[in-house]
Amino acid sequence: MDAIIILQAGVATGTVLLFATIGEIFAERSGVLNLGVEGMMLIGAMTAFSTTIATGNPWVGVLAAMFAAGLISQIHAFITITLQADQVVSGLALTFLGTGISLVLGEGLSKAGTVSLLPNFSIPLLSQIPFLGPILFTKQSVMVYIGYLLVPLTWYYINRTRPGLNLRSVGEYPSAADSLGISVFRLRYFYVFVGGMLAGLAGATISLAVAPGWFSELTTAGQGWIAVGLVIFAQWDPVRAMFGSYAFGALRRLILDIQGPTLLLGFDNPFYYNPYWGFFLQMLPYAFTVIVLVIGSREAMRKRLGAPAALGNPYVRGERGK
Amino acid sequence: MTQTTPSTPEAPLAVEMRGIVKRFPGVLANDHVDFELRAGEIHALLGENGAGKSTLMNVLAGLYRQEAGIIKVKGNPVEFYSPRDAIKSGIGMVHQHFMLVPSQTVTENVLLGLDDPRFFMRLPEYDAKVAAVGERFGLKVDPRAKIWQLSVGEQQRVELLKMLYRGANVLIMDEPTAVLAPQEIDGLFDILRSMISQGKSVIFISHKLHEVTAIADRVSVLRRGVATASGVPSKGATRQELARLMVGRDVIFALDKKPGNPGNLVLDVQDVYAENDKGLPALRGLSLNVRAGEIVGVAGVAGNGQSELSQVITGLRKCKQGEVKLAGDLVSNRNTLFGIQHGMAYVPEDRNHVGSAPNLSVTDNVIMKKYRQPPISRAGFLDMGAATKLAKELKDAYDIIVPSVTTPVRLLSGGNLQRVILAREISGLPSFMVAVQPTRGLDVGAIEGVHRLLLAQREAGAAVLLISEELEELLSLSDRVYVIYEGKIMGEVKVGGVEPDESLIEMIGLMMTGTPLDQIHKEGVGANG
Repeated sequence: MDAIIILQAGVATGTVLLFATIGEIFAERSGVLNLGVEGMMLIGAMTAFSTTIATGNPWVGVLAAMFAAGLISQIHAFITITLQADQVVSGLALTFLGTGISLVLGEGLSKAGTVSLLPNFSIPLLSQIPFLGPILFTKQSVMVYIGYLLVPLTWYYINRTRPGLNLRSVGEYPSAADSLGISVFRLRYFYVFVGGMLAGLAGATISLAVAPGWFSELTTAGQGWIAVGLVIFAQWDPVRAMFGSYAFGALRRLILDIQGPTLLLGFDNPFYYNPYWGFFLQMLPYAFTVIVLVIGSREAMRKRLGAPAALGNPYVRGERGK
Repeated sequence: MTQTTPSTPEAPLAVEMRGIVKRFPGVLANDHVDFELRAGEIHALLGENGAGKSTLMNVLAGLYRQEAGIIKVKGNPVEFYSPRDAIKSGIGMVHQHFMLVPSQTVTENVLLGLDDPRFFMRLPEYDAKVAAVGERFGLKVDPRAKIWQLSVGEQQRVELLKMLYRGANVLIMDEPTAVLAPQEIDGLFDILRSMISQGKSVIFISHKLHEVTAIADRVSVLRRGVATASGVPSKGATRQELARLMVGRDVIFALDKKPGNPGNLVLDVQDVYAENDKGLPALRGLSLNVRAGEIVGVAGVAGNGQSELSQVITGLRKCKQGEVKLAGDLVSNRNTLFGIQHGMAYVPEDRNHVGSAPNLSVTDNVIMKKYRQPPISRAGFLDMGAATKLAKELKDAYDIIVPSVTTPVRLLSGGNLQRVILAREISGLPSFMVAVQPTRGLDVGAIEGVHRLLLAQREAGAAVLLISEELEELLSLSDRVYVIYEGKIMGEVKVGGVEPDESLIEMIGLMMTGTPLDQIHKEGVGANG
């Protein structure tokens, strides 16, 4: 139980959540709630793993995963943006669909043997920083480093560029954006696609880097849902999303570790002797997600947290008043 | 009231619309309408709600496509497929509901949808450019302020700024004064005049006659999609003439109001604090009272706590501190049923969602407060025969025009729906009624009906709290008027005569913009008028 090892692994595991959460932030900032993250992640994990087996190149696997998950997100986009159906229902359906497709196409993949994985490496100099060096910059996957870059880039893009301004406007007040010639439909399709691609990247990060392999629906084990909860927790801000993701990554790792040793802080470890305690711990992140989602689904609370004002509402160009 | 410098009659046409036709399902909104705007004039477009003014202007602004007719700008025929096309021809519209993103800054809102800057926003640089345009036209706003921090008047200036920054020459303003306090209206008129002096033209959509005669050079009137007057000089026109063109019949401006005879204290609101939906303070130590047999008005610019006040009184919103008493019984922070059982009636702001259940029938909507008691309730079951009988009686008594009492109320017009709500509330013989914006969006005839019903309540001895943004309505109905500003009462004025004098309006206006009454008395009325 070394704190540094737990935090180091936490950052790696948290990177999965980070990609999925940032992807969902993009979609929700444009006004589209996509509860299909879990399904898109599974599609991504399965596509990444199988493509890597076929081609031998994990990078091809990553690109294929992003494309596949992006593609399936467009079903949700079509249903909610063009057909203006309920976003919650469609998102749930997308999770079932993505899970189903990935389980069928991924059948037997778990016996495929070893594949070449994404590289791990240390960053010279930075890894020498006391405490932070070993946690953040030592023998981490390339995906972790990409995650570090993604956060500031996303923040800057959303808050300081014209496309970011357009994105925020479409999610906050689509009729204002529309009245100035910004295509609400096109932007929403695009950002749902971006959300899908990042969920696919999250899936690929699991199956090719953090927990390599294909374990059917246990590959993601509900992390897509945690990501959806983290978006609310992060108040739609990528920097807060980063802290949340790493904290949850570390928590996941801690829960695994705590079930190991027979002694914990000098006492008999109840999580070791009684497996039900372990299950209880494993449940906590999901319980958190349920609570956050329940809180976040209250209109008044959403306003208070600063949710995009048009989140969840299909855009219909006004005829007659309103 | 000063007249603007009239443009010469020979001034070239800035905009010419000929034979515009626009249809919506079931409505002919514009029936071969002609409209002309001269360069450098303020042209008022007058009409009742639903007369087709906004539709005509939305066609000119590129939001709707006309089905027939042509538009010429400076003599050249144009085709608009989107607002972007219209703005390229120099036509910009300021909508009644502002098209501003609340969470973004003034500059961000102004730059939205433009090509410059291309990618990186470099806001400080553009803050200066936006400020410079504002300076030129006398529009003072801080470019770095977020929209939600601005008052409604300031937001309106941002909308104007947005159009001027894009180089608009023709500005269409859709009912710009509806949301403003009297002083802000004067400020807006000054801005409009300054824009005219710099060669812009303005179309001013309104249904308020006194404003039209105050600001406009010429007037066009629409009634039910047809132009009943086009380009009449506003100097010679009287209010009566314009009203007749607008409504199609003579309108009585004064209501028959008997002298009041206030009785016992009915509603007593003491030092109430409450939060709005965002958790920010909405009411901050507000106190007021209403006696039996009087109508007490609450005036204020939208969003100063009026909705929250009505919700705290009816029990729909928790109050953090303070108390509301109805005839001595505490009603705040108890459920709504308690208030209803103690004779409270409520005519809410949102008649479509709070005031009625849109998919339920007229019958279901009128029995909503009575279904627990006989004769509607018989041994715990609904007696639909009795319910239908009641609904039919109310339909006749309140002139609700509906094919049958089984019709869902969502199919009713605004005026009819309001009558259904009033029928339900009044038939419970309330001792107290809160009415919030009871005439918003209704046409002149329906407004008259609602006003009569409210006055009848007053004569029957009920206490009525009337929360409204229409100052004229408040002054003609109320016995007393409180002015609310940022969740506090700025002061209370008695309304005596039939024609309220100018100084009273000015006093209310000052309070609406945040000057407490005692301060006004100290400094004297007209200090900054």
